Amino acid sequence: MIRDPEILILGAGPAGVGAALALADHGVRALVVDSGFAAGGQVYRPMPDTFAPNGTPGLGPDQEEGARQRRLLADSGVATAFGRLVWSIGTDLRVDALGPDGPEFWRPKGLVVAAGATERVVPFPGWTLPGVMGLAAATILLKSQCMLPGRRVVVAGCGPLLFAVANAVVKGGGQVVALADLAGPGTWLRAMPALLGRPGDLLQGGAWMARLAAKGVPLMFRHTVREARALGAGLKVSLGAVDANGRPMRPARDRTLEADSLVVGHGLIPSTEALRLLGAEMYFDAEAGGWVPRLDDDQRASRAGLYAAGDGTGVRGAVGAFLAGRIAGLTAALDLGRIDAGQHARAAGPLRRRLAQARRFGRAMSRLMAPPSGLYDALDAHTVVCRCEDVTRAEVNQALESGAADVNQLKSWTRCGMGPCQGRMCGDTVAQIVALRTGSRAAAGAWTARVPLRPLNVEALAGDFDYDDIPLPTAAPL
Amino acid sequence: MSLRIANQVRRGPAVTLSVDGQAVEAFAGESLAAALWAAGRRALRQSPRAGTPRGVFCMMGACQECLVRVDGQRALACQVAVYADMRVETGAAT
Repeated sequence: MIRDPEILILGAGPAGVGAALALADHGVRALVVDSGFAAGGQVYRPMPDTFAPNGTPGLGPDQEEGARQRRLLADSGVATAFGRLVWSIGTDLRVDALGPDGPEFWRPKGLVVAAGATERVVPFPGWTLPGVMGLAAATILLKSQCMLPGRRVVVAGCGPLLFAVANAVVKGGGQVVALADLAGPGTWLRAMPALLGRPGDLLQGGAWMARLAAKGVPLMFRHTVREARALGAGLKVSLGAVDANGRPMRPARDRTLEADSLVVGHGLIPSTEALRLLGAEMYFDAEAGGWVPRLDDDQRASRAGLYAAGDGTGVRGAVGAFLAGRIAGLTAALDLGRIDAGQHARAAGPLRRRLAQARRFGRAMSRLMAPPSGLYDALDAHTVVCRCEDVTRAEVNQALESGAADVNQLKSWTRCGMGPCQGRMCGDTVAQIVALRTGSRAAAGAWTARVPLRPLNVEALAGDFDYDDIPLPTAAPL
Repeated sequence: MSLRIANQVRRGPAVTLSVDGQAVEAFAGESLAAALWAAGRRALRQSPRAGTPRGVFCMMGACQECLVRVDGQRALACQVAVYADMRVETGAAT
C-alpha cells in the first residue's frame, strides 16, 4: 500500500479512472480510493469475478467500456485501495478511511473528488415498503448481478433509465406490468436535437421503446405512482395521470396494478459531501442535479489542491466524466510542476472539445431526468419524507410554519436528515419543500456536511484499542 | 421462476448461507443484498421510529436500509459479497 500519494483520487468511477490515467502519464504518484471492490463506479459496475458472462449482457455496451477502463487503470500502475469507506477529510487534506484491514489514513498534496451521484426518488405513499427500489438499484441488480428486480415489475419515474431498465427486465425473462413516465412523448421529441449528437444512444433508446411496445408493455406517458401498498409478498401499485408540471389529473381514472416490485427513480443528485466538508464554494444548478462546486475550466475547486470531476460536479454522464477526470489529472500534474502550461493546454484542449460535446448530450439527459415541480406540491401530509427517521410531510410543514428558515434548522427541529443515510435520501426533497416557502433552493440551503461522512462501526475503527491503552500520565506527587 | 437470469452468465460455486438460522442457497461472490432478494427475503429490518418494514432500496451503500449483521458485525447487505457459511441476521441490526 502506498503511504503518501501526491494525489489522492476519491472514487474509481469513470472520472476517477480518467484522473488516474492522466496522472500516471506524467509520473505523479496517485492513489485511487473507492468503497467498491473494483473500478467502474455505479455506471460500469462489474459482475463479481466469480461470474463468467456469456453472450450480451442485459444493459448494452457499458460492460465493455467498464472492462476497458479497468484494464487501462491496471496497466497504468496507479495504486488502488478498494473496499475503503472514506469517513473523514481534514482541512490539511488528510483522508481517513476504514477498510478490510482496519483504519487507514493518507496525507496527499492534492485531492481529486470524483464522488459520482446518488439516485433521487421523490416520495409517495408506500415508497418505504420492501419491494420498492430505485431505478439505479434495479440497474445494479440487472447489470452486475444478472438478477431481475421482480418477475412482474412496474417501472416508473423519469429519464432514460426507465426504458433501459424495462428493456433489461423483458430481456431477462421478466414482465413489465406497466411503464409510467412522467414525461410525455413531446418531452422526448424536444430532447432529440441534443440527443442526435450521440446517434448510437438514440438508436438504442428507440430500439428499447419499440421492443417494449412490441412486447405489449403498456407505456403510460405523463403518469406517476400515486401509491404503493403491500399485497401478500408483493405490491399493489396505483398509477395516475399528471399534467406537464407533474400535478395529479383525472384521479377517477387511476389504475391499480398488482406486481412483485416497483422500480422508481427521478434522476440523479451529485454527491458533494466531501467538497462541502472542505468548504468548497458551491452553487445550486437544478439542471445539473443539485448543488455543485464552482470549478474553473481546468477542474480546480475553490481551494488549493482540490479538484473535482464527473457526475459529482453536475450530472452529465459517464463519457463526460471520464474526459473531465483526465483534465483534472492533467491540472493536478500542472500544479505539481510535472508539466508546463503549454503541455497542459495541448493535452487538455482536445479533451475539452470532446467534453463540450458530451456535456451537450448530458444536459439533454439531465433535463429528461429532472422531476417536475408539481410532484412536490402533490406530496400529501402523511407521506414519509425522511425514511431513516420516519418524518412526514406534515411534520416538515409544521416546522416551516413554526419558522424553520432553512434545511439545517428544519433538521434540528424535526430530525429529518439526521438518520444513518445522513440526508442522502431525503435532502433533495426536503430542500424542494423548504424552497416552496423560501422561494429558491439557494435560500433553502444544503445540509452541513459532517464527519463521519458515512456511518461506520466504532468497534472496527477502534480495532484492538482498549480503555487500558489510553496513556495516563503519572500523577504529580502531592 | 428464479430471479437469477440464467442465460446471461455462468455463476460461481453454489454456497449456503445461514439467514436467521435458515439455510439460503446463493452463489459465491454474489452481493448479499441480491442473494437475500432472490431468496424472497425482502424485509430486512424495521425503521426505528414507526417500526415499518424496510429492505433493499438503493443497492449502492447510500440509503442504509439493508443493514444486517454478518457474522455478528453490522454490514450493509449491498456492500458485502456472500461466501460459504456466512451467518446473517436480519431485523435486529439497529
